[in-house]
Amino acid sequence: MMQLPRWADIVLVPLISLLMAGIIAAFVLLAIGESPAEALTTMVNGALGSPYAWGYTLYYATSFIFTGLAVTVAFHAGLFNIGGEGQAQLGGLGVALICLALPWPHWTVALLAATLGAALFGAAWAAIPAYLQAKLGSHIVITTIMFNYIAASFIIYMLVDVLRPAGQMDPATARFGPGTALPTLNEIPLLNLIFAKPVPGNVTLFLALLAAWAVWEMLWRTKLGYEIRAFGKSEKAARYAGISPLRVTMIAMMMSGALAGMMSVNNVMGESGRLVQNSSEGAGFIGIAVALMGRNHPIGVILAAVLFGALYQGGAELGLWTSIPLELRIVVQGLVILFTGALDQMVRMMLAPLFARRRLAV
Amino acid sequence: MVEVAPQAAAGRQATAAPYAIELKGISKAFGSVQANKDIHIAVPRGTIHGIIGENGAGKSTLMSILYGFYKADSGEILISGTPTQIPDSQAAIRAGIGMVFQHFKLVQNFTVLENVILGAEDGAMLNTSLAKARKVLGDLAREYELDVDPDALIEDLSVGHQQRVEILKALYRQADILILDEPTGVLTPAEADHLFRILRGLRDQGKTIILITHKLREIMETTDNVSVMRRGTMVATVKTAETSPEALAELMVGRKVLLHVEKQPANPGKMVLEVENLRVRDEDGIERLKGISLHIRAGEILGIAGVAGNGQSELLEVLGGIADGTGVVRLNGVDLDLTGKLSDARSRRANGIAHVPEDRQHLGLIMDFSAWENVAFGYQDAGEYQKSALFMDNDAIRADTEKKMATFDIRPPIPTLAAKNFSGGNQQKIVVAREMERNPDLLLVGQPTRGVDIGAIEFIHKQIVALRDAGKAVLLVSVELDEILSLSDRIAVMFDGRIMGERDPGTTGERDLGLLMAGIGDNTGPVPKKGAAA
Amino acid sequence: MSLDTLLQLLDTTLRFATPLLFACLAGLYSERAGIFDIGLEGKMLVAAMAAASVAALSGSVYFGLLAGIGASLVFAGIHGVASITFRGNQLISGVALNFLASGVTVLVAQKLFRQGGGTPALSGDARFNAIELPFAEALRGVPVLGPFYAEVISGQTLLVYIALLAVPVTWWVLYRTRYGLRLRAVGENPAAVDTAGVSVVALRFSAVAIAGVLCGLAGAYMSTGLVAAFGREMTAGRGYIALAALIFAKWRPWYALWATLLFGFFQALALRPDVFKALGVSIPVAALDALPYVLTVIVLAGIVGKATPPRAGGEPYVKER
Repeated sequence: MMQLPRWADIVLVPLISLLMAGIIAAFVLLAIGESPAEALTTMVNGALGSPYAWGYTLYYATSFIFTGLAVTVAFHAGLFNIGGEGQAQLGGLGVALICLALPWPHWTVALLAATLGAALFGAAWAAIPAYLQAKLGSHIVITTIMFNYIAASFIIYMLVDVLRPAGQMDPATARFGPGTALPTLNEIPLLNLIFAKPVPGNVTLFLALLAAWAVWEMLWRTKLGYEIRAFGKSEKAARYAGISPLRVTMIAMMMSGALAGMMSVNNVMGESGRLVQNSSEGAGFIGIAVALMGRNHPIGVILAAVLFGALYQGGAELGLWTSIPLELRIVVQGLVILFTGALDQMVRMMLAPLFARRRLAV
Repeated sequence: MVEVAPQAAAGRQATAAPYAIELKGISKAFGSVQANKDIHIAVPRGTIHGIIGENGAGKSTLMSILYGFYKADSGEILISGTPTQIPDSQAAIRAGIGMVFQHFKLVQNFTVLENVILGAEDGAMLNTSLAKARKVLGDLAREYELDVDPDALIEDLSVGHQQRVEILKALYRQADILILDEPTGVLTPAEADHLFRILRGLRDQGKTIILITHKLREIMETTDNVSVMRRGTMVATVKTAETSPEALAELMVGRKVLLHVEKQPANPGKMVLEVENLRVRDEDGIERLKGISLHIRAGEILGIAGVAGNGQSELLEVLGGIADGTGVVRLNGVDLDLTGKLSDARSRRANGIAHVPEDRQHLGLIMDFSAWENVAFGYQDAGEYQKSALFMDNDAIRADTEKKMATFDIRPPIPTLAAKNFSGGNQQKIVVAREMERNPDLLLVGQPTRGVDIGAIEFIHKQIVALRDAGKAVLLVSVELDEILSLSDRIAVMFDGRIMGERDPGTTGERDLGLLMAGIGDNTGPVPKKGAAA
Repeated sequence: MSLDTLLQLLDTTLRFATPLLFACLAGLYSERAGIFDIGLEGKMLVAAMAAASVAALSGSVYFGLLAGIGASLVFAGIHGVASITFRGNQLISGVALNFLASGVTVLVAQKLFRQGGGTPALSGDARFNAIELPFAEALRGVPVLGPFYAEVISGQTLLVYIALLAVPVTWWVLYRTRYGLRLRAVGENPAAVDTAGVSVVALRFSAVAIAGVLCGLAGAYMSTGLVAAFGREMTAGRGYIALAALIFAKWRPWYALWATLLFGFFQALALRPDVFKALGVSIPVAALDALPYVLTVIVLAGIVGKATPPRAGGEPYVKER
């Protein structure tokens, strides 16, 4: 196997992967007769060119930190959770039910309750595939994907038949009360000096950073984290060490689901103020790319989430100002997953000669 | 340019080259490790040639080069005097080389016939190939005592028969040179004898056999010539008739070796472990332990001998809390839970059972974890490793690791180094250090010296005896009869999930144990195993 | 339920089962060779887009079919390079390709047709049309079997019959030919194949390529046979359902036929609220939509421990002594 210096493995491999994904995406653009240069400038300007743009980028990044952490926790337990999308949508339902349940006096209380609701619903949705995997050996990749489809149908049913206020046409809940409105970045003291215009980025960003720190502590400082990582490396050895596969699978997947669910605080509560169809808009899937790009480490996840936030926001700008479809984002996302998760060995092989030569020169 | 040795040149002027295989100056490095250094060897046609050496001496690397798995960095291979390139296995087969690997390369859910023709089929349709192979196999069986049911599935065959299939595969491909890598590790003494009869028969038909082993006895009994490897170099090639086991051992290790473990007679105390009628089924519902009963007292080593796969692993697993079972297991007079909530490794450790597992790479260690993380492995609950209810005290574990590394001479003494970067012997020492330092009442040890160099073997053996002398009970499972004979105070032999009999190491010997290992018991009479050796 | 309704239901079942069957057999070749393929979905999707696009532009469904197979093969090639050549994670590679497919199909279709990421409706020679089998009308009078032959078996498109034919062919290849022997061996124990002097890499690439062709057929059928246009995300998880069917079928060709027919039946049922109403059950539309996915989970949960996948599945082959 290729052995690169640690820093190269952590920093260089993801960056080269990103670069290659970018190059191929550029070729795709050329192939459909669009200008990669124009796309790049539009995206960079739209995502990073102004505080206003950053307000959007950080808004998306907040969601991706949560879903990226969700995939990360499951990965460390050796489980591939592709169900983040469904878990996020269920989390959205939890947020909506909490927000609509009471006339909340202050956003802080509402935030706490909604976070709890989102986490519980997300965890519950992940618990079923986890149980099926641990007890019956049902392939968790397939079951979590199936649960994404089932979640989508379930949310539609809830919105159309249960939660839709009388007389409203579109399938959505009623608007949440004023006590649930989260402060956006332009409403927070000090930050309002940077963000002058209203932006969707909101206090949930800090919740996400807190979650990243908690995941780091959990994975590398606690006994639970130790057991999760050991189980993820070898189920057989974990058994020898007295670690219960059922327990670890359930806990890791439910934590993963809870994290995915918590992203809905950001979009459902912080941005739209009501639950609509397909509220997570693919953020659950982007978590996979974010986790891989971030090398399954919370700090990496934060950086990769910002990057994908920019990609997402930049992609939206493409839809507004050019004739390039937004789906370019999904292409880049797929390419990043491919290069960081499946072709990482190729990237290492490409880099290896550089380091070999340098070592000789020394 | 072809450089021809004078003997080889002379040979070619006669009927054929006298050497079936000649290696000249073969070298191979993996990174900074020089696995083979300038190896020269010449194997005369129609002989059995032994290659002996310690773990990691480079025997297997050399054979992998011969079979096209690795490309040598330099050097030359001559087959029957002709320089030959062996870039892949296909080329090795074409050159008439057949290989019987230590771990068989068989497809478990294929029949014998299907395994034999795989890669050597005649034409695109199977039926013609199968018919031809059936006939050839019949001929080979008659000629060399290599009979095996051509329609049996591999997974239903005993290991001895599986090995015959490997030999048949080579002969079906018309191999002239047969290489066997540690062929007797999985065989009973009787099966091993049968194998050597087959090999002698093949030699007498003009085939050339290369036998790689670390067992001196086999070399002495079977080979015509023997080459000794040490740390990647070929240190000597001698006629077997003109050497002795002691001389070979010294050549292997480079110093005088104690082939014996020094120990005082045992002084058994109170009863520690009692097992009655223990039964275990595997995932497919097949009974692997069929009513085991045994006991071990404090200050006593009970050795379990037997061919691998006769239930020893399951015995360790159920006692270690990895598998469930039925029956009675009593530790210090208290019945252990064998199926319920407390039937896990965590509870077993709490009860005072430590476990050095057979497979350290897949059970005993997490290879990607650092040494210090592995020192806490299985003891992640231990009080001294905790900072609070949730958090572990990683500093305390690292400090403890440094201490253990000093006590057990684990090298390099770097707690943050990943387990996979230690040698086999040092990996095993990490496991042994972790388990023994817990001061258990009962120590389970499986294959303690598998893949471990001689220096570490001596050290680990001394530790096991020291634990016994400290008044602990030890259950030792090993497929190495020498190890069982030299360490145990009592020996029980397992066959097909049963204990066939118990022996005193002072009065028994390899032949006596061999009968038990083959299922010929004291009272029970022979128990037929599906497809067992004839 | 009347006989007519039942026949309609079975007719729909067969049509829905066809792409599942192609994809399931694709997965069978790939996984029997030891390569997991979660990317069946993506390959079907690109094939559906390519087939409908080329058919729409050229007016010939056969050009479309070739384009579909070609597009699917490109994706199969990437999967092969990632999982065989570079020994990457096969699950992640498959997932990545699914995302790639979902983006690229919309990008290309939008560029070509500017119809919201889909293609225009295909008609005439640009789509596969129903084939009347001989004697369909003549035999209609035979009780039960006659209408079954006329309504269900006859009147399907060419690819349906090819899919049905692919089952015995696959069985024959797998169990009666040298290639099948080697394919099965490489998924069980690649070391056995390697030491026998057969290239593991070539075998696995060939299996991945066959999977590519079959996914191409599956996708082409979706957009030029089952319906006559490409729409975004039109495969709707069929690739994953095909994998579930493959597990249910224990990686065997004939079982794959029955398993995909079963899943096809679930999908057909989901389209018929009237059938449930006739049975006196009232089910919300959303629940009907979710029905095939729920049943897939139940089937996966119900086959506890009975399915043994190929032993070397999902693991890159590294030579070792």
